[in-house]
Amino acid sequence: MVKTIAEVSLPVMEKLKIRKNRLTGGREKEKKRISIVTGVHGDELEGQYVCFEVSRRIQEHPEYLAGIVDIYPAVNPLGIDSITRGIPAFDLDMNRVFPGNRNGSMTEYVAARLMEDLSGSDLCIDIHASNIFLTEIPQVRINELHRDRLVPMAEGLNVDLIWIHGNSTVLESTLAYSLNSTGTPTLVVEMGVGMRITKAYCDQLTDGIFHVMKNMGMWSGPAKEVRKPLIAAGADPVSFLNAPVSGVFLSQAKHGDSLRKGDPVGLIVDPLEGTIRERLKAPADGILFTIREYPVVNEGSLIARILKREADERA
Amino acid sequence: MRTEIIYENHSLYRDSFKIMAYIFGTGKKTVCIVGNMRGNEYQQLYTCSRIVQALKKLEREDRLSDGQEIMVIPSLNPYSMNIEKRFWPIDNTDINRMFPGYSEGETTQRIAGGIFEKIKDYEYGIQFASNYMPGEFMPHVTMMKTGFEDVKSAVEFGMPYVVVRNTRPYDTTTLNYNWQIWETKAYSLYTTTTDRINRESAERGVSSVLHFLESIGCVRYGRRPGYLSRVIDDREMIPVRTEAAGLFEPVVEVEQEVREGDLLARILNPTDAEERSRIYAPGNGILFFRHSGQLTYAHTAVFKLIPV
Repeated sequence: MVKTIAEVSLPVMEKLKIRKNRLTGGREKEKKRISIVTGVHGDELEGQYVCFEVSRRIQEHPEYLAGIVDIYPAVNPLGIDSITRGIPAFDLDMNRVFPGNRNGSMTEYVAARLMEDLSGSDLCIDIHASNIFLTEIPQVRINELHRDRLVPMAEGLNVDLIWIHGNSTVLESTLAYSLNSTGTPTLVVEMGVGMRITKAYCDQLTDGIFHVMKNMGMWSGPAKEVRKPLIAAGADPVSFLNAPVSGVFLSQAKHGDSLRKGDPVGLIVDPLEGTIRERLKAPADGILFTIREYPVVNEGSLIARILKREADERA
Repeated sequence: MRTEIIYENHSLYRDSFKIMAYIFGTGKKTVCIVGNMRGNEYQQLYTCSRIVQALKKLEREDRLSDGQEIMVIPSLNPYSMNIEKRFWPIDNTDINRMFPGYSEGETTQRIAGGIFEKIKDYEYGIQFASNYMPGEFMPHVTMMKTGFEDVKSAVEFGMPYVVVRNTRPYDTTTLNYNWQIWETKAYSLYTTTTDRINRESAERGVSSVLHFLESIGCVRYGRRPGYLSRVIDDREMIPVRTEAAGLFEPVVEVEQEVREGDLLARILNPTDAEERSRIYAPGNGILFFRHSGQLTYAHTAVFKLIPV
């Protein structure tokens, strides 16, 4: 059942509506609830396919569902419709306005309504897709403050990596932080790249969602076995490679590659001069889990992230 | 006066990105003044350019104090301004959300880090700032409560108001916040406008800065301050929100005194000009902020009043 959870009139003959689809099955008593949220950033579209596919599989076999699955495919619909990462007109990152304010501005009001609606879920999954510049292997990012509760849940999600990162004051305005700190366990998934759908990654995560639902007693149908993720934790688990010069980046390495320090990652070239400006090499031994997608780079643009071999807690 | 390129990085096809500072005097690093950090902050750039002009004149007249250095950086972001984009050209990040910066990080982190390294040791830091909401402000100084804020000295600008407000999570990556953490006394100055130059308001901003410089013994300016500032907590302000979205037709100006029940604005249906709602003053006050967009959303704070 599709329901509007927030509605605000726009100036000229239009209403902003945040909608969700509730799929239910089984007995009313003791129903568990999973909420799948995506589109906080309007240029991240991987979650669109996941929402569709979760809903499709459930509707194909509604008899297997024993619980509530709430699907919120577009919490920033104006952003999605205009290929805008933030909230158009405000130039504002929606993931910096939580927990919102019911009596505040349009964006604060929408954020507060979303928080109210999601609160109480047994699990919330907030699906992101990196940005248009970087592509990521499917991963869950967890604030170290919520590690103990969230890591066991994330392990069932069929991702390749769980990255436990340090707390940062700035991140306290995110949807996930706001929900986790008020008792609703929320996993942030990052995968793929902005403005695109990577079907293989989306299918992988969808399989994970059904696996988790099965573990929670919400799905009696078949669910695939899940892969065991790498776990990045500790003081300094990730090595960053940034562009030392501006130019056009040409990749020489692939996602998931196991690299040794000094292995080639890519070239930064100058098409005007026809020269190679920089040969980029892996800064550490480890697994390449982020790689530059958008070719034009400035000095400092992020090129790659490598999970250091010694930092993988699974190893 | 001398000029110095305090930060530079190189682009593939554009001229290099340069940040230039005007440096007056030598000796103790006393005051740093910064202008536009976003590409639409024309008023902030303009006000700084007039400060440079005023300081050049004082220098010619030998009215700068010995042993003190004043640095003015009119533009921290010429790249965005040159292409009329508010944030960083390639990734839309905001330099004023990247402090204290990181020299090995992403481009705007490097820019913030490179600048901050040059400006963090000044005793006083003044930034001409802008708000994310489009609108006009009564000229004021804003101070964040960090535990290091020096409200008493902010009064020396002689602006009508000194606004003190609590720190929010995203403030922790701004220049003002990090200046304070690094023990620089930091002030955010707002003149009336941002993306449109208001010369009169800019002149008042210049005058405020010169009063302040005189109060700390940097210059001999010799004019009386404009105002005895009133210090207020931003929670004292009364936001006035719209009930409806539509065309925004204000009937009052910033700095105007209004009485409870006065009409402040009409919201019109954009297609037939029928009135959708009227906005009245909820109390007696001075108009501190007025939304400047042609349209407004519902539930939006289009005015802020300082109660009197």
